[in-house]
Amino acid sequence: MCEQCGCSLTHERMQLSDDKGIVSSTPADPHAIAVITNILRENDELAAHNRSHLGAHGVLAINLMSSPGSGKTSLIESTIDAIGGRLRIAVIEGDIETENDAARVRAKGVPAVQITTGQTCHLDAHMVHQALHRLDLHAVDLLFIENVGNLVCPASFDLGQHANVTLLSVTEGDDKPVKYPAMFRISDLVLLAKCDLLPVLDDFDPDKARAHVRALANPAPILEVSARRPESLLRWIAWLEERRASLGELSSRNPHAMPPG
Amino acid sequence: MHELSICLSLLREVERAARGRSVTEITLAVGPLSGVEPQQLKRAFAVARAGTIAKDAELICRMRPVCFACSACGQEVEAPLDALSCPSCGDWQVRLRSGDKLLLESVTLADGVEKANL
Ligand SMILES: Nc1nc2c(ncn2[C@@H]2O[C@H](COP(=O)(O)OP(=O)(O)O)[C@@H](O)[C@H]2O)c(=O)[nH]1
Ligand SMILES: [Mg+2]
Ligand SMILES: [Zn+2]
Ligand SMILES: [Zn+2]
Repeated sequence: MCEQCGCSLTHERMQLSDDKGIVSSTPADPHAIAVITNILRENDELAAHNRSHLGAHGVLAINLMSSPGSGKTSLIESTIDAIGGRLRIAVIEGDIETENDAARVRAKGVPAVQITTGQTCHLDAHMVHQALHRLDLHAVDLLFIENVGNLVCPASFDLGQHANVTLLSVTEGDDKPVKYPAMFRISDLVLLAKCDLLPVLDDFDPDKARAHVRALANPAPILEVSARRPESLLRWIAWLEERRASLGELSSRNPHAMPPG
Repeated sequence: MHELSICLSLLREVERAARGRSVTEITLAVGPLSGVEPQQLKRAFAVARAGTIAKDAELICRMRPVCFACSACGQEVEAPLDALSCPSCGDWQVRLRSGDKLLLESVTLADGVEKANL
């Protein structure tokens, strides 16, 4: 049992280890052991645990990722306003040093747990597990996990989210997907953020950004949003509500698998 | 930085596989889409291995190709990172077969391990 929440952590852990543990030893060389193991096995098992924990409580968890300053916290703030009372929201904030983002979210009347990662440039499943125990999941429908601002490291660590949402703000290059393929390939939704600025920027082409995501064989929807324009958030919110409604099927799915077809 | 976290996880898996015996070589299969850069991983490993059973071990990273199958025409291909679309029919709706994993493939134990362990 998970010592903090009493959930069946060790049970799941054992089952998963049977699948992915040591495969065989090589008889040819007595000193070589063939192992085929996912190096992040511990993280991924704990992430699976988080996911089933969240799913059992009917909580849709969204891993929000982007470069620093692309507008993750602002999007969370304006999404809270736009959703109104239709979904009960909670937020886990990852940041290297400060509590600022959690304070911004709490000012909206929404529970927020700040994780300060110190030297670590990404959240991992362990940090999220601890944060989950500080939230009352019975009172939550939608959980935003704002990852540390960084387009490299967070891509490697499953947290237990049901979907990865990556923000690409229009003040960055439209070729970011090419430069960070690992991140943009695992994105289930890409948000072109700060689109209110598009009229004054001549070097960001949303169609080019789309083409770059497609070149990574990623069929994810790509939406234009602005935290400053509530009407631009309608499709994003519809997407969230749809994912929340189909949570039953989602919780058994591997978030990193490509959809068939 | 995440290379250091990955090395710590790697060392836990190595210790499991080697059951406490010292190790001379660790071989990984690195997919280009795993988000891990071998040079940085090796640098982090040189720090992380200190004081472990892998303190003298060499880390070998074998790059694995990105392979996918086209959903439209069925062709299986090896592809460069930023052009994951089918060379036959041009479709981008392809299914990744490999290239996004980071796997520990094998661990080589030191000669005379039993003695070394006493
Ligand atoms: N014009 C404009 N600015 C935005 C928008 N969203 C965020 N910003 C600004 O971008 C900066 C960084 O935003 P923040 O939400 O803190 O980014 P985070 O680091 O990704 O959480 C702040 O100065 C915001 O006011 C937007 O939609 N439009
Ligand atoms: Mg923020
Ligand atoms: Zn738990
Ligand atoms: Zn084809």
